[in-house]
Amino acid sequence: MTGQTRGSVRPNQWLRNLNAKIASIPMILTAVVIFVGGTAWTVVYSFTNSKLLPRLAFVGLDQYERLWAAPRWLISIQNLAVYGFFSLVFSLVIGFVLAALMDQKIRFENTFRTIMLYPFALSFIVTGLVWQWLLNPQYGIQSIVRSLGWTSFAFDPLYNSDIVIYGILIAALWQGTGLVMCLMLAGLRGIDEDIWKAARVDGIPMWKTYMLIIIPMMRGVFITTLVIIASGIVKVYDLVVAQTSGGPGIASEVPAKYVYDYMFLAQNLGQGFAASTMMLVTVAIIIVPWAYLEFGGGRKRG
Amino acid sequence: MDDIASNGMVTAYDAASDRLKAGPRGAKPRRRLSRRNIIVYGTLIVVSLYYLLPLYVMIVTSLKGMPEIRVGNIFAPPLEITFEPWVKAWAEACTGLNCDGLSRGFWNSVRITVPSVIISIAVASVNGYALANWRFKGADLFFTILIVGAFIPYQVMIYPIVIVLREMGVYGTLTGLVIVHTIFGMPILTLLFRNYFAGLPEELFKAARVDGAGFWTIYFRIMLPMSLPIFVVAMILQVTGIWNDFLFGVVFTRPEYYPMTVQLNNIVNSVQGVKEYNVNMAATILTGLVPLTVYFVSGRLFVRGIAAGAVKG
Amino acid sequence: MTSVSVRDLSLNFGAVTVLDKLNLDIDHGEFLVLLGSSGCGKSTLLNCIAGLLDVSDGQIFIHDRNVTWEEPKDRGIGMVFQSYALYPQMTVERNLSFGLQVAKVPQAEIDKRVKRAAEILQIQPLLKRKPSELSGGQRQRVAIGRALVRDVDVFLFDEPLSNLDAKLRSELRVEIKRLHQSLKNTMIYVTHDQIEALTLADRIAVMKSGVIQQLADPMTIYNAPENLFVAGFIGSPSMNFFRGEVEAREGRNFVRVDGVAFDVSAYPARTKLQPGQKVVLGVRPEHVKVDEPGAGDAHQAMVDIEEPMGADNLLWLTLAGQSMSVRLAGQRRYPPGSTVRLSFDMGVASIFDADSEKRL
Repeated sequence: MTGQTRGSVRPNQWLRNLNAKIASIPMILTAVVIFVGGTAWTVVYSFTNSKLLPRLAFVGLDQYERLWAAPRWLISIQNLAVYGFFSLVFSLVIGFVLAALMDQKIRFENTFRTIMLYPFALSFIVTGLVWQWLLNPQYGIQSIVRSLGWTSFAFDPLYNSDIVIYGILIAALWQGTGLVMCLMLAGLRGIDEDIWKAARVDGIPMWKTYMLIIIPMMRGVFITTLVIIASGIVKVYDLVVAQTSGGPGIASEVPAKYVYDYMFLAQNLGQGFAASTMMLVTVAIIIVPWAYLEFGGGRKRG
Repeated sequence: MDDIASNGMVTAYDAASDRLKAGPRGAKPRRRLSRRNIIVYGTLIVVSLYYLLPLYVMIVTSLKGMPEIRVGNIFAPPLEITFEPWVKAWAEACTGLNCDGLSRGFWNSVRITVPSVIISIAVASVNGYALANWRFKGADLFFTILIVGAFIPYQVMIYPIVIVLREMGVYGTLTGLVIVHTIFGMPILTLLFRNYFAGLPEELFKAARVDGAGFWTIYFRIMLPMSLPIFVVAMILQVTGIWNDFLFGVVFTRPEYYPMTVQLNNIVNSVQGVKEYNVNMAATILTGLVPLTVYFVSGRLFVRGIAAGAVKG
Repeated sequence: MTSVSVRDLSLNFGAVTVLDKLNLDIDHGEFLVLLGSSGCGKSTLLNCIAGLLDVSDGQIFIHDRNVTWEEPKDRGIGMVFQSYALYPQMTVERNLSFGLQVAKVPQAEIDKRVKRAAEILQIQPLLKRKPSELSGGQRQRVAIGRALVRDVDVFLFDEPLSNLDAKLRSELRVEIKRLHQSLKNTMIYVTHDQIEALTLADRIAVMKSGVIQQLADPMTIYNAPENLFVAGFIGSPSMNFFRGEVEAREGRNFVRVDGVAFDVSAYPARTKLQPGQKVVLGVRPEHVKVDEPGAGDAHQAMVDIEEPMGADNLLWLTLAGQSMSVRLAGQRRYPPGSTVRLSFDMGVASIFDADSEKRL
């Protein structure tokens, strides 16, 4: 064997695959600097009394105490809870029912799907402004119903603090249920058709087949959809800005708007950081169990 | 005896398989007006009306004059069609002191969207390619961080990004906003491309390596030409996503660079002057027009795109 | 002269050992087949030789040059894949010339080599077509052509015929053999198909769990399998195995299995069989004679199932309490239930130690 040729030496591990590493620099920077670094930075500075500019003057949990004492934050959280709960339930139920209807080998499936999904192509700003107009008490749905003869009819969520969040919910459902329907439909289509045949041979009624066989089989799709809807809920911002600007008063404030307003309008960075850290915690509460179920638990089974 | 039994079984089996074949179009319903069909189609049509109603109202309102809106019903078709609100929304509507309409926002959005889409896709596709075909130690860790990061609320990262951009001297400029869109488009696009490239036959990649092609040669000459569909999907995803963005537009640009969504919101929700609902609706439609066009033109690919974007790999 | 030489090659994926200190020398111009079931490490070994996988330990030499850490393109190899791996967007001609263009070979030389490869493989009419317009057999021909134009001495085949239907597979098998006879270069060929292995190979390396079980020419592998695994893996239907004990009587050796004593005196044992030793007697279905007149050591058995195959007839019988198969040339029929007398040709039988599973 001829002695030392180039090929006999194990190359430096750092230089091997160098092009791939260079090409991954944007990804590495984004992951490390922005996602990890940025998040850590915000969390650290949430314990400071930064006002107009970030300053490393630690004040312990002051910002959090102030945050949880602020009526506006409490209303934001309450709104998020109400909006989140109903948004989840209605999205999943409506989305699944529509998908089940679409899966009945119907004609014009493409047309129906196009109609249900187009709002998803529109921005939250457009969605919010359209529904602002539709729910306008003077000209919108309320006035139409009244003009039909039901003069005591009242449906003015955007001007009524008690129900304003439901006005936003209607717009959000209009925009987003089409997507949920599509995801569910893809899940339904992924189920082996022989399951349906077997259920039919066994004489199981359709609704029972859905409840006892199909839905359990679609566990993965449901969980994924749930995570998507949930992380969207936490981020809700544009819709509120466009539809109500947080009004009437502060009745439709949400956490994301609280963060923005304190960071960029009220020049109270510390409050903004504390509020955004709370948002992060909320998301972690949603994501961590999911990630555990999906990856941690799954590996053990496999 | 045996023969009879087996014959009997054969007949029964044949009948069963016939029934199975006939199943969908047999006794079960293909009649047009079965109760089941009425329920299914009835529900779908009612639901469709709910989805279509806002679009209809938007269009109708934008074609009416203000006097007609004040006296009439928002669902009524216009008695007298006027395009004046459209002209006004495009060229004259005011935000603050500027009264040159939405056109400014439109062109800003174009100037934001085009480079953002191109750069974010270029970066993410190379990322995905490296992750799928040229895995190196640690690559999976960064990718996991990226995917988990996709769930972090933007609000958590916004301010550090402001600082980074300010340090780079691009805060408030279009360049800065393009960088932000590239960053936040990266998780989903990288996932999309990684899964697509990983789905291509691995032997093709090996063959190219035996042929002596390196990282970039394989990317440009083997992978790219095979991946046009996924690039279209990514483009749809990004064009609609970036065009519809509001938060980053507000946070990372100065007013003269505001994208169309931000400007639209400022026009409609401005507290000064008399509310011109027809102009507002015309402006709203104008803003939604680009993603809607993308949606209607791309059809099935759009569904694929959002499904790909939504469902993790 | 060795063409490819593998020294103490190991490959681990995390805690899993895929190849374990493997050694292999392949002569120049040799056709070597790596044979084994899926997951035995044969493709992994081929990928290591090609440079598509980084080895954990050990060395690879091609033409006495250490190429362990060299790029695939610098190793002087061509490779043919199971899925053909043709670049779908390029014509056949561009597929063939791509590697040469990357290597910046002058265009005239490229044209010459492509033309020659196309002639050898008779794919000249296909040069302007895209892979999607070709049949499976044509695609694999082009894939072979891609290795051919590289003008290299070592060809690596990774299950090249597995995606083809049976008829095409036997056609291309002959063609690969013809190619080897005319080019006389080294070929390393991975397959799980023993017919391919037996028909093509100069030598076969039978692999299991990342270890070469036996490396020998096809007839040796067939006639004198080194261990129980190789014996069971080669041949269809599989070799008949009888577990029993060696018994010496009247100067003759027997293997006693469940009350039946097989006379194995004629077996050319390497080491003397010890009485009482636990062994496995292996006899191929085609080495059993039925109703042979004058056969001394014959055993009665009843036919359970008969599978006539045209040229020969396959019988399933019960002997010594276990099922066994016999392959008979010709078309004579043995209906189920009929009784036959079986005699074994011990000269070509195999006897393995029951514990070590090694040939005795």
